[in-house]
Amino acid sequence: MTSDIDGHGPEPDWPQVYDSPEFQRLRRSFRRFVFPMTALFLAWYALYVLLADYAHAFMATKVAGNITVGLIFGLLQFVSTFVITGLYVRYADRRLDPIADDLRAQLEGPQR
Amino acid sequence: MIDYLAADVEGSRPGLNIGIFAVFVVITLVIVVRASRDNRTAADYYAAGRAFSGMQNGIAISGDYLSAASFLGIAGAIALYGYDGFLYSIGFLVAWLVALLLVAELLRNTGKFTLGDVLAFRMRQRPVRAAAATSTLAVSLFYLLAQMAGAGVLVSLLLGVSSGAGQNVVIAVVGAIMIVYVLVGGMKGTTWVQIVKAVLLIAAAAAMTVWVLAKYGLNLSSLLQDAVDHGGKAGEKLLAPGAKYGKNGTTKLDFLSLALALVLGTAGLPHVLMRFYTVPTAKDARRSVVWAIGLIGVFYLFTLVLGYGAAALVGPEKIAKAPGKENAAAPLLALELGGPVLLGFVAAVAFATILAVVAGLTITASASFAHDVYVNIIKRGSGDSKDSEVRVARITAVVIGAVAIVGGILAKNQNVAFLVALAFAVAASANLPTILYSLFWRRFNTAGALWSIYGGLAVTIVLIVFSPAVSGAPTAMIKSMDFHWFPLSNPGLVSIPISFALGWLGTVLSKERDGAKYAEMQVRSLTGIGAEKAAQQ
Repeated sequence: MTSDIDGHGPEPDWPQVYDSPEFQRLRRSFRRFVFPMTALFLAWYALYVLLADYAHAFMATKVAGNITVGLIFGLLQFVSTFVITGLYVRYADRRLDPIADDLRAQLEGPQR
Repeated sequence: MIDYLAADVEGSRPGLNIGIFAVFVVITLVIVVRASRDNRTAADYYAAGRAFSGMQNGIAISGDYLSAASFLGIAGAIALYGYDGFLYSIGFLVAWLVALLLVAELLRNTGKFTLGDVLAFRMRQRPVRAAAATSTLAVSLFYLLAQMAGAGVLVSLLLGVSSGAGQNVVIAVVGAIMIVYVLVGGMKGTTWVQIVKAVLLIAAAAAMTVWVLAKYGLNLSSLLQDAVDHGGKAGEKLLAPGAKYGKNGTTKLDFLSLALALVLGTAGLPHVLMRFYTVPTAKDARRSVVWAIGLIGVFYLFTLVLGYGAAALVGPEKIAKAPGKENAAAPLLALELGGPVLLGFVAAVAFATILAVVAGLTITASASFAHDVYVNIIKRGSGDSKDSEVRVARITAVVIGAVAIVGGILAKNQNVAFLVALAFAVAASANLPTILYSLFWRRFNTAGALWSIYGGLAVTIVLIVFSPAVSGAPTAMIKSMDFHWFPLSNPGLVSIPISFALGWLGTVLSKERDGAKYAEMQVRSLTGIGAEKAAQQ
């Protein structure tokens, strides 16, 4: 059977599920990770953009050969993007998926 | 603008280029026909039966995302302006974190096919679907025009077709092939085209990157030195920021505006959002974004080397003189490295890129019209409309394809980067605030969504029309008149905050509240309860 978003069979009592401690734990765990992380990477990106826009001399400083501070900053944006991606996947796999799977099993019943 | 009568690229063999491109078209058509054998339901047509794996979808996302603007545009911008071109790569990549952390999985769990589904979840169906379809069509159209205009530039550059009529024919042929992909293949066929194209594009860029670096003994610093040496007076500036945006206070603000639109636009692009529905679960949506971030990130690192490589090995003078100007940097580098055969391959890949992106946009726009406007607004979701939904989507795809062909012919002299930046600014202003509010804010309601979408769309378009990108600058679309009063060529810095503010204002001014629906959406979005699974064949 394929299920449909419109729902078949008896609907769970959504506000009750929402208020359940298990769901609140899932929601808190999710928000506790993604909100600070979003603020962090946006601030880090803003720092890069502002430096590239208003601190030309600093960004043009050569560190080794022709490798400038600006180039290193730019490449670090790549590194931070990859690292945050990895951290999130690890967090979601370990901390979020088990709670979500558990809730889904409770509410959708044993046929799945 | 581009001088279409300029001489062809020396050493380019149009016959060879067309031949390699034809091979690509034949191979992908075979794949599309094979993939489409069991396309029956709307979920098959729009979402490929939700049967793609995270990895497959991730490769397809990078295929959808790495448009001609990414490949030709960024390499060219780095070759001519150096460091300032690098911003595009970083903005386009970092933007994926917004999609990964805040949007992809929640969207997969709460919608079926379109942005309209997500908004309609806890708001009044008909008005929000109409608004979502309007902004989806607007973003898709601007993006389509950019790609088709890019096709015109490529033609003159790579196939040696320099007459206006000849280019129109090529644009029409590209459009017609794309319509066939979409009609025959639906989302499954289109996805496979994206996968083939992404693999070819990334492989070509990787090979050229290694080749360039090998010429400099794998030493990036000596590559940069050579780029500086060949840059003449502007050479030293290639390594520092500011070559393009550092002139005065206004251009610096323009840089900020562009940076903001890039980082917030991606998660609002409808053809990217729709890809999240082709996988069975939210976990696969997460996996696909991870693959996409990896592939897109690596690709942009390649373009950094390719851009500086073109500056060093081809030289900015030769690039500026070539037909297509900065867009010619990557193809000219291919010619320099591997002769006509590599140029032919890169040319074919660039064409395939445009073809695939245009197909992805067309299927998104047609799904939005058929699913949101036809089924849920005109037919009010009645049973018989579900049967005709796919037929309506196919008809819409043909209409959109025709509009893209005509628009591409009209827009072929327009600035490609300008149209893409417009699409990103519209997506960041009209779509993203509504998506985020809808997923995270309990109080958000129909009025807020309508204010944010229509208001954001209107502000963005008004600011663009009265910007120096349209009139009053040497690079403007309309050179003969000057009616601009908005100083920035990208409106994001103003339009995105306004759109967020409008969404908030519309919400608090309306009395509509639905706490129970919010609770349901929160539970469903985080757990995936009731989300449509893969179609069982």
